[in-house]
Amino acid sequence: MPLLEIKNLHASVEGTEILKGIDLTLDSGQVHAIMGPNGSGKSTLAQVLAGREEYDVTEGEVLFDGKDLLALDPEERAREGVFLAFQYPVEIPGVSNTYFLKAALNAIRKHRGLKEMDAMDFLKLVKERMKLVQMEETLLNRPVNEGFSGGEKKRNEIFHMSVLEPRLAVLDETDSGLDIDALKIVADGVNSLRSADRGFLVITHYQRLLNFIVPDRVHVLLGGRIVRSGGKELALELEEKGYVWLEQEVGVAASPTGAAVGA
Amino acid sequence: MAAPTATQVFEEIAGQGYQAGFVTDIETETLPPGLDEGVVRAISAKKNEPEWMTEWRLKAYRHWLTMSEPEWANVTYTKPDYQAISYYSAPKSADDRPKSLDEVDPELLATYEKLGIPLREQEMLAGVVAVDAVFDSVSVATTFKGKLKELGIIFCSISEAIREHPELIRKYLGSVVPYSDNFFATLNSAVFSDGSFVFVPKGVRCPMELSTYFRINAMNTGQFERTLIIAEEGASVSYLEGCTAPMRDENQLHAAVVELVALDDAKIKYSTVQNWYPGDMETGKGGIYNFVTKRGKCEGRRSKISWTQVETGSAITWKYPSVILKGDDSVGEFYSVALTKGRQQADTGTKMIHIGKNTRSTIISKGISAGRGQNTYRGAVKILRGADGAHNYSQCDSMLIGDRCGAHTFPYIDVQNPTARMEHEASTSKIGEDQIFYCNQRGISEEDAVSMIVNGFCKEVFRELPMEFAVEAQKLLQVNLEGSVG
Repeated sequence: MPLLEIKNLHASVEGTEILKGIDLTLDSGQVHAIMGPNGSGKSTLAQVLAGREEYDVTEGEVLFDGKDLLALDPEERAREGVFLAFQYPVEIPGVSNTYFLKAALNAIRKHRGLKEMDAMDFLKLVKERMKLVQMEETLLNRPVNEGFSGGEKKRNEIFHMSVLEPRLAVLDETDSGLDIDALKIVADGVNSLRSADRGFLVITHYQRLLNFIVPDRVHVLLGGRIVRSGGKELALELEEKGYVWLEQEVGVAASPTGAAVGA
Repeated sequence: MAAPTATQVFEEIAGQGYQAGFVTDIETETLPPGLDEGVVRAISAKKNEPEWMTEWRLKAYRHWLTMSEPEWANVTYTKPDYQAISYYSAPKSADDRPKSLDEVDPELLATYEKLGIPLREQEMLAGVVAVDAVFDSVSVATTFKGKLKELGIIFCSISEAIREHPELIRKYLGSVVPYSDNFFATLNSAVFSDGSFVFVPKGVRCPMELSTYFRINAMNTGQFERTLIIAEEGASVSYLEGCTAPMRDENQLHAAVVELVALDDAKIKYSTVQNWYPGDMETGKGGIYNFVTKRGKCEGRRSKISWTQVETGSAITWKYPSVILKGDDSVGEFYSVALTKGRQQADTGTKMIHIGKNTRSTIISKGISAGRGQNTYRGAVKILRGADGAHNYSQCDSMLIGDRCGAHTFPYIDVQNPTARMEHEASTSKIGEDQIFYCNQRGISEEDAVSMIVNGFCKEVFRELPMEFAVEAQKLLQVNLEGSVG
């Protein structure tokens, strides 16, 4: 059974249709990349999978491990094993990173019928996972994302992912705003979490990230549809020729209305 | 039969003479609405007070007539009609009370359930059972009072103290909040009904937290409560006021006065967790007006007074627990969490007055606004000319939940001594849908998310509360914040 099956997904926000029939199948153990220009619907796809209320699914279905994902609340999806690394992670004042993560992990564990982790074991887990993204200890006790630099925020997302151990990880433009060194650290972190039990959807604007996180499959999103899929060479071809080339090839406009509704 | 006038009631009691200990039995126990000298005398007579006490009340009443209600608070309300209030009512008769919990407002019961209040207590709070009946049968209360007596600690109602310990009352009542202090305090001084009296003698540390819960107090007389706490040299005491259950009360106006006196090396900690009925969520109708004057005097050197409060109820709140730092090296502290939502309005804060040398004050105020709540913090720090080496730290944080509420800050700083050190920090944060969604995406429900964020915000204040109160306060906030985002 595939980890994730998206069938003819249509979604709109404030009455404007952004996703116009997405079809995608992802198996456990695979990394699929989704590329596209601004306004193509990349972030919308990520948010819809995570369950953001503002987006209306007007048609289609999404199966996660054979289950109807769209019928679940966002926190239920998370507990089932769906993780979204946000493009713009928010700050949670007054709540330490550690406290937050422990609450999240225990909510997920409870859902899976596991015993809650006590503080000592949790700290051990955290210390181990910190190394994956070269996280500084000081960031552990700071309120979530408060005063974090752009790079630190993105690394924090991957750190969260490493602690929560999801089955499906959706990375929403994790590379945006990162310099090459930060990019490498994030990519290393992601790569160390690749396993047969896990699937990744890596959403990105640029090909560069895919040099470090090598995908099994690449899909190109244009105007709310996947217009082409291929192997990792497709990403290189896009980089060389640009999105406009592909637009002309498939005869589709890059974005639905031209209005920017998140990439 | 027509209700007797205040004068008739007074004459009836006066005619029977003052008898120690008990209240005479007359046909009606409730004074008709209205306030005049006759009413004041009647109240005093009902309590068998000595002449000097009646005189004090009358002095206050006459002064009240010359005053006008303050208008500067950042709240909007319809002024109470002082002539339409009854200033003394006996506890409800058995006929007026609900016969069982089935007759009580189901919404009220739902809140009791959420707060984990046992059934027996629910009956008491809803007025199904008279308070006296409950406590008379609780042996805990009696053992507890016995222990205090052994240590020389006096803990009784203020009415009892006026009769049994007049020297202490004469010495300290009005010494921190003079009868002429402000409109509501003056009114209180004339018509106060009951309250707590605590006296801790030299060198004694009160071994348990004293709570109004254990003091037998007829329900309907709580509107003009008067409390006086005295800690002699080296003494210390922690006092808890209030309870987490929403208190239904027909009396709209609550104008209490609390006075704390700490002598050399004494410590008084006064904690309040109050959840007055806030009134109808849409209209605010039936909500309590909570106008309270609370003040502590660090009379002695190295004395310390701490106010800690969590307020989530009442339609209108107007209170500024304050500390007068008279003794050298004395310390005043104020920790507060105030939540407003629905159509509540709060104008609260504190006053720290530095008079002695090397005095220190700490103010940590957390305001949470949700719905259409309006939260105003008003703080005043005064450093008088002789207050060498004074130090104040003020931190005033606001949290906004949703986008229809408001938070306002009015800090006043008056420094008349050049050696004073003042630190002031303020912050505003918001809980919006983005934060909630982020928490959701990590597996945390909305309810837990709001609770987590608000607790993180309030933890500096909760830390100062006695433990059981802290747990109740957290639960209280959670219950009150349900459904407040989005």
